[in-house]
Amino acid sequence: MKMDRREFLRIAGLAGLGLGIGTGASGWILSRGIEASEFIPSPNALTAKRWAMVVVLSKFKTEEDYKRVIDACHRFHNVPDIGNPKDEVKWIWTDTYEHVFVGQENEYLPEEFKERPFPLLCNHCTKAPCVRVCPTKATFKRKDGITMQDYHRCIGCRFCMAACPYGARSFNWRDPRPFIKETNPSYPTRTKGVVEKCTYCVELLENGEMPKCVQASKGGLIFGDLMDPNSEVRKVLSENFSMRRKAEMGTGPSVFYIIGGGEEDV
Amino acid sequence: MFEKALVGGRRYWTLVAVLLAIIGIGFLVYLKQLSYGLGITGMSRDVSWGFYISQFTFLVGVAASAVMLVIPYYLHNYKKFSRIVILGEFLAVSAVTMCILFIFVDMGQPMRIMNVILHPTPNSILFWDSVVLTGYLLLNIIIGWTTLQAEWKETAPPKWVKPLIYLSIPWAISIHTVTAFIYAGLPGRHFWLTAIMAARFLASAFASGPALLILLALILRKYTTFDPGREPILAVSKIVAYAMVTNVFFFLLEVFTAGYSQVPGHLASFEYLFFGLEGHGRLVPLMWISILLAIVAIFLLVVPATRRNETTLKVACIAVFISLWIDKGFGLVIGGFIPNPLERVFEYWPTLPEFIISLAVWATGFLILTILYKIVISVRESIGPGEPAH
Ligand code: SF4
Ligand code: SF4
Ligand code: SF4
Repeated sequence: MKMDRREFLRIAGLAGLGLGIGTGASGWILSRGIEASEFIPSPNALTAKRWAMVVVLSKFKTEEDYKRVIDACHRFHNVPDIGNPKDEVKWIWTDTYEHVFVGQENEYLPEEFKERPFPLLCNHCTKAPCVRVCPTKATFKRKDGITMQDYHRCIGCRFCMAACPYGARSFNWRDPRPFIKETNPSYPTRTKGVVEKCTYCVELLENGEMPKCVQASKGGLIFGDLMDPNSEVRKVLSENFSMRRKAEMGTGPSVFYIIGGGEEDV
Repeated sequence: MFEKALVGGRRYWTLVAVLLAIIGIGFLVYLKQLSYGLGITGMSRDVSWGFYISQFTFLVGVAASAVMLVIPYYLHNYKKFSRIVILGEFLAVSAVTMCILFIFVDMGQPMRIMNVILHPTPNSILFWDSVVLTGYLLLNIIIGWTTLQAEWKETAPPKWVKPLIYLSIPWAISIHTVTAFIYAGLPGRHFWLTAIMAARFLASAFASGPALLILLALILRKYTTFDPGREPILAVSKIVAYAMVTNVFFFLLEVFTAGYSQVPGHLASFEYLFFGLEGHGRLVPLMWISILLAIVAIFLLVVPATRRNETTLKVACIAVFISLWIDKGFGLVIGGFIPNPLERVFEYWPTLPEFIISLAVWATGFLILTILYKIVISVRESIGPGEPAH
């Protein structure tokens, strides 16, 4: 085998060029950020143009109704129970009307409304401020409207926490693992120093399952595609008066609250 | 030139040793924070930025204030600043270094800091802040070092620094504007969501930075051969006076909008800071001290006799610095988080480890400043008295 110097250089050059293009292309793909939703979905995956949730408050009657929903989420997602408000991590929780619908206080509301807990979670905003401010794209928007969180890329700067107008995000101020009662091996635990929040259960949707809280809610939480006129969420929204939290911020929250009426309306 | 930092008297070495000791202790506490997590600080789910980020915010202002010496000297040819302009540039170097350190100690995952560069995200203000801060640090190191070297060799500084000096002027404005944008663009944080934020930041920066500079120059005069001269000090004190009055004016504009409109969201943080909210008022005494000091400072700075008197000027500068430190290095950041987005009040107070780490960062900045100023003075001593050659 004979190869003169010129030929060798030519081949080496081409190889180098190829390598360059290869790295460039992979760099481009990486920087574009492939989303999980862009991979071929499993055949029974649940998909949507824009996921949304409707809270039907009348279905939450007893304390147990709330607890069941919260526990379903927190147990499945290995959310620690640290037991002090300073280090607290929570994905779904409750608060009362005046704190949920800030600026809509009305002291003449029926007593039962004033005292009543409302379930709270990330609103998966259309124009999410948390996504806008994140310096590493660790918080990003999926095509189906879900605001996702990459625990491995997050630098823990907490800019997203300052930006979220709903207090939906939690930071791991310390190692959460000792505070998880029973670790669920099918969902990753987090490390200290990263931010987390509700994920709309993407990992379940991909396997064709509804979010844990929805499953546990006995009809109190309805989940579906906001862009599909025939979906259940659209049906209940067209038949009932609903509210969104701080919609005046222009964030486009995708969690709706139906707070009036008896359950026969829904 | 750097070798000049390695020879010095007992006082110099004692200062260096004390600062190194503080840095050492702070480093150990930082290691503890690294292993335990940021829960070692007073920060919480509701007040998710605390002492570190407020120090960062305050120090960006100190860094930007170098421009208040650069503009008169280089743009208006105000020769009297020739001896002190370098003090401003090196103060900027030290302040930006502290800013970067404060950001670093505030990170939950500091090992991943390169992610900001690996995944550049132009829609994030933090991305731009890291760009402008690094740029400003480099600009001031290069400008300060080359002009000093030229002075040492008793030649004019090389031609290529001039454009860099001009560039450093808008750049200084940019670092503080971008830092204000971190806050001023967030929906749902009424206290910060105000168009005057950047302007207010700049005004307070141009008061606190030059006030510190006056104090530093006077300290140098007392303990070294350095003499800033009387006139430059008087000129800088006028800058402090104007900037401080402007800053208080901007603050009153905010108070008017919140107080007259009576919009609850706008009022709440002010109420918390100055009167307490729902029985919580940990910051109230501090905020009133800040107001009081601001009044004293403005009085001493506006009345010509007290501004020209060195003793009262010193008091005024200390008052300006502490007042603005409380206002920006504490109240502004914490106040924005209280009440939280659900209008509940969770308070914040720094913990001892948090305080020690912050102190160590300040000590690092002060060490850098000490070394750089030492070099300046030794260079000046070696060439003898007289105006620099440019
Ligand atoms: S609710 Fe908060 S965390 Fe969720 S998408 Fe909106 S801004 Fe982001
Ligand atoms: S804490 Fe993490 S997710 Fe939040 S803005 Fe910083 S890097 Fe992004
Ligand atoms: S959608 Fe999933 S992650 Fe979000 S609150 Fe419900 S169970 Fe938790």
